[in-house]
Amino acid sequence: MFNYIKLIVLGLVAVMAMIAANYGRDLAYQVNAITVALAAIITFIFVLRRTGEPEIPTDQTRYLDGVVRAGVIATAAWGVVGFLVGVIIAFQLAFPVLNFEWAEGYLNFGKLRPLHTSAVIFAFGGNALIATSLYVVQRTSAARLWGGNLAWFVFWGYQLVIVLAATGYLLGATQSKEYAEPEWYVDIWLTIVWVAYLAVFMGTLMKRREPHIYVANWFYLSFILTVALLHLFNNLSIPVSIYGSKSVQVFSGVQDAMTQWWYGHNAVGFFLTAGFLGMMYYFVPKQAERPVFSYKLSIIHFWALIFIYIWAGPHHLHYTALPDWASTLGMVFSIVLWMPSWGGMINGLMTLSGAWDKLRTDPIIRMMVISVGFYGMSTFEGPMMSIRAVNSLSHYTDWTIGHVHSGALGWNGMITFGALYFLVPKLWNRERLYSLSLVSWHFWLATIGIILYAASMWVTGIMEGLMWREVDANGFLVNSFADTVAAKFPMYVVRGTGGLMFLTGALIMCYNLWMTVRAAPRVESANNAVPAE
Amino acid sequence: METYSLLREFADSWMLLALFAFFVGVVLFVLRPGSSKVYRDVADIPFRHDDKPAPVGRDAKEA
Repeated sequence: MFNYIKLIVLGLVAVMAMIAANYGRDLAYQVNAITVALAAIITFIFVLRRTGEPEIPTDQTRYLDGVVRAGVIATAAWGVVGFLVGVIIAFQLAFPVLNFEWAEGYLNFGKLRPLHTSAVIFAFGGNALIATSLYVVQRTSAARLWGGNLAWFVFWGYQLVIVLAATGYLLGATQSKEYAEPEWYVDIWLTIVWVAYLAVFMGTLMKRREPHIYVANWFYLSFILTVALLHLFNNLSIPVSIYGSKSVQVFSGVQDAMTQWWYGHNAVGFFLTAGFLGMMYYFVPKQAERPVFSYKLSIIHFWALIFIYIWAGPHHLHYTALPDWASTLGMVFSIVLWMPSWGGMINGLMTLSGAWDKLRTDPIIRMMVISVGFYGMSTFEGPMMSIRAVNSLSHYTDWTIGHVHSGALGWNGMITFGALYFLVPKLWNRERLYSLSLVSWHFWLATIGIILYAASMWVTGIMEGLMWREVDANGFLVNSFADTVAAKFPMYVVRGTGGLMFLTGALIMCYNLWMTVRAAPRVESANNAVPAE
Repeated sequence: METYSLLREFADSWMLLALFAFFVGVVLFVLRPGSSKVYRDVADIPFRHDDKPAPVGRDAKEA
């Protein structure tokens, strides 16, 4: 019966999307509408083939791991895409000739840059978060995912968000809000997917068999809830036409800026920090084979982090129309944030106490440790850069880019790689990874790549900041903007090289994971030996 | 009083106090006597149900 309702809805969506494509006022909207129609038709056929078949009852004595497997594949694949676009735009900055004439308006830096940020944050990071959270919540609740195949809806719905956003960017659909570029209809679709995600996660927590909710789940849950809240408020906009991608923000001026950076910084705080800390609190203990250093500290870490992070956003708006008190508030909270961040870092690192020898033998734990190390480093650098006096030097320079990448490549990237190396043998029922020496290669390529990246951005960022403020004896500015651009060239090449090394490491990882599934020996008598569901 | 000033005054006083009290309460709760034993046990949760959910009708910890 339920299948018939699904078929009606999917059919209606397909027809309406095709009508929308027909009346569409701009190319991005039309392409997105056709994509939606195709997705609806494929899902329609998929549901239709299963309608009338006898229903297979869900086996509550097994975990739902198929969707986690899909998430792992998506994470690795989107990761490579995101890193590749990053390398391309890094070299476009160094060699402007790479903004090809024939691709002008589609593949130039301005179009590719949001594609890169969204691909790595939302496609790579988001898929990693969804996949690991669904894995972790089942294991730590000792219960199968709630909602049957709702988790599959979340997975495919999220991929559709990514595809719509990415094609939209290239064709010019953007609401020009950093990290929140997708236009109104993608925002609405993401809201639906996100509510389903919350339902799956909460539902599993509610039917948990462990009396206590493990700390990783607290972090994941705060990430899901806060991102929902941030997304709704930052994307309050009114479409110009229901048949067009353009929309107008409800807020304007400094209110809009404040909402944007309240969103933007908490996207860092809750998407890239709280969610990934959930990963840390599960995968580091698992890989080290010992419980977290201090569970008490982990609870205090959680509450301190979420109570403080939410206030830090205004530090993005120093020396703007934002009232002084607000930017001071943001700055003070950013500095206070040092405490919980480092508390969490110490907790993650000290989990290895008594097992430090594993650093020598296990490249996966090495990856996780360096990730936590980068977490500590970038949560030291961030508060420092939020201080108004430091910010006057660092803002608008490449130092900011360097900071973001030491966090994103170092912390988010490395912990995700560690989690993927942990998950693939488990999920595909393999005894071990295909090759540990390839993991070492990945580790060193990625680490040296990040160091090249961050170091060159520090140099060029501080140089740029100093050149911009240099005045001569008469009080005139010494350098023009183009002078700084010219001076940055060598550092841009170094940065691109670092990115290339990071990308190479990720490709090695994909090969290693692929070969693990293809060629590594199977586990003989495991209980989770189920074919993909 | 206009809405902004009213909300602002509330946020600066009672709400701030309530949030701070909640936070201090969490810290005190975590450090309560006897908590170490509880937390030693729950810190082991990741090592319990790796392969399959807890069987129905039995306490999760025994599985």
